[in-house]
Amino acid sequence: MSTSVKDKVIQIIAEQAVLEPGDVKMDQTLEDLGIDSLGLVESIFAIEEAFDIQVPFNANDPSESDFDISSVQAIVSAVEKLVEDQKA
Amino acid sequence: MKRVVITGAGTINALGHTVTDTLKAMAEGVCGIGPLNIRDVDRLSIQIGGQVTDYDPEAEYNRQQIALYDRFTQFTLIAAREAIAQSGLVFEGELGNEAGVVLGTAGGGVNTWDENYRSVYEEGKNRVHPFVVPKLMNNAAASHVSMAYNLKGPSFTVATACASSNHAMGQAFQLVRCGASRAMIAGGSESMLCFGGVKAWEGLRVMSKDACRPFSANRNGMVQGEGSAVFVFEEYEHAKARGAEILAEIVGFAMTSDAADIVMPSMQGAARAISGALRDARLNPSDVGYINAHGTGTAANDKTECAAVAQVFGHHADDLMISSTKSMHGHLIGGTGAVELLACIMALKDGIIAPTINYDEPDPECALDVVPNEARNADVDVVLSNAFAFGGLNAVLALRKV
Repeated sequence: MSTSVKDKVIQIIAEQAVLEPGDVKMDQTLEDLGIDSLGLVESIFAIEEAFDIQVPFNANDPSESDFDISSVQAIVSAVEKLVEDQKA
Repeated sequence: MKRVVITGAGTINALGHTVTDTLKAMAEGVCGIGPLNIRDVDRLSIQIGGQVTDYDPEAEYNRQQIALYDRFTQFTLIAAREAIAQSGLVFEGELGNEAGVVLGTAGGGVNTWDENYRSVYEEGKNRVHPFVVPKLMNNAAASHVSMAYNLKGPSFTVATACASSNHAMGQAFQLVRCGASRAMIAGGSESMLCFGGVKAWEGLRVMSKDACRPFSANRNGMVQGEGSAVFVFEEYEHAKARGAEILAEIVGFAMTSDAADIVMPSMQGAARAISGALRDARLNPSDVGYINAHGTGTAANDKTECAAVAQVFGHHADDLMISSTKSMHGHLIGGTGAVELLACIMALKDGIIAPTINYDEPDPECALDVVPNEARNADVDVVLSNAFAFGGLNAVLALRKV
């Protein structure tokens, strides 16, 4: 299950970055991938739609949102947790 | 070039149904933002707004009028009635042929779109009311004002998102200044506090769930408002000859485009609009005592706007006052510059600077005198009104005491 969450999140991020999923590295930041603030908001929308979850994110202060976007790995982990919480 | 003065003002917004009530609320630092009272609010994640309360359309308009007037048109007609009554102008003969109305709105009849989409999509109806189009069109409000007051000159609607009203008032100012008309009606209106309107804004994730706190370090987004403000702009000699009360003089206007990003503001674009308005008014930066800020309460706007002010004014930036009344009435989107012009008039005419309320913590990136939480008495001669829209379209007005 956790692999599929990871693959789906990477697919969403890759689509925003206009890259092949295989070219997205887990330690990259969104900035590394060339994703700007609008791309980020769109990615979060796609994640919410794909997993039917609510992502706690405010574009006014990304660093203080409960949702860690500091790297691809951080986003994947945060989404995995939200999906787990949803099941619980 | 003619001098242009304001001889009438009218409004309805979350702070009051008249100019007197609105200015009293601004001077007292009243917050007009509260829980939204709209259909399906439980399905919204943003549930607050600066809504016009204690308003009954049926007390103002008859059934036939309501069939034609979207809420944004209703608000405009109420504001226009107050402004034109105060001015004492009657538009007949040559004056009626010259005078027109230029209004700003970003969304036009959003409530009408919302109600009728609901009826065809959700309720499955296959027929809508015959007046849906004339009710929702962006120019409906301007057209109804023209019909109500016999304004047969240049009339149109400007849509530049959050700068719509400032762009509209700037156009009207230029028409009077160049001598095309001795009087123009100008201002703006917005009413998108309905399910679809708020849901659309939620998508961008720039809305606050609890309060609008411009320039405060703990700000977390904008809060929408609704309403209208309308003014009578008049050629100075014409106003003086008939002994009209002059509220303020409009002395400059500038507009710029960032040509950069569809949502992120640009410091250079804002600074060019501010310095352009000063140049147009032949003013020095040190003449300005107060700026009514765009001040949305978003992270991006407030720090960009403060940086632009610091760049244009240099050391004088520390001596002037800058406040955002959006903290009180919310962001009226296309109508916001019009309601905010009331705070500019209050500063010049009454010597009262409206505060930025909900100010909790200083932000080093917004280190200006934002008139926190309480209004201040101050004698100012020149004020500016800033508006910086999504799409990078900026419009700044300069006003002077008469």
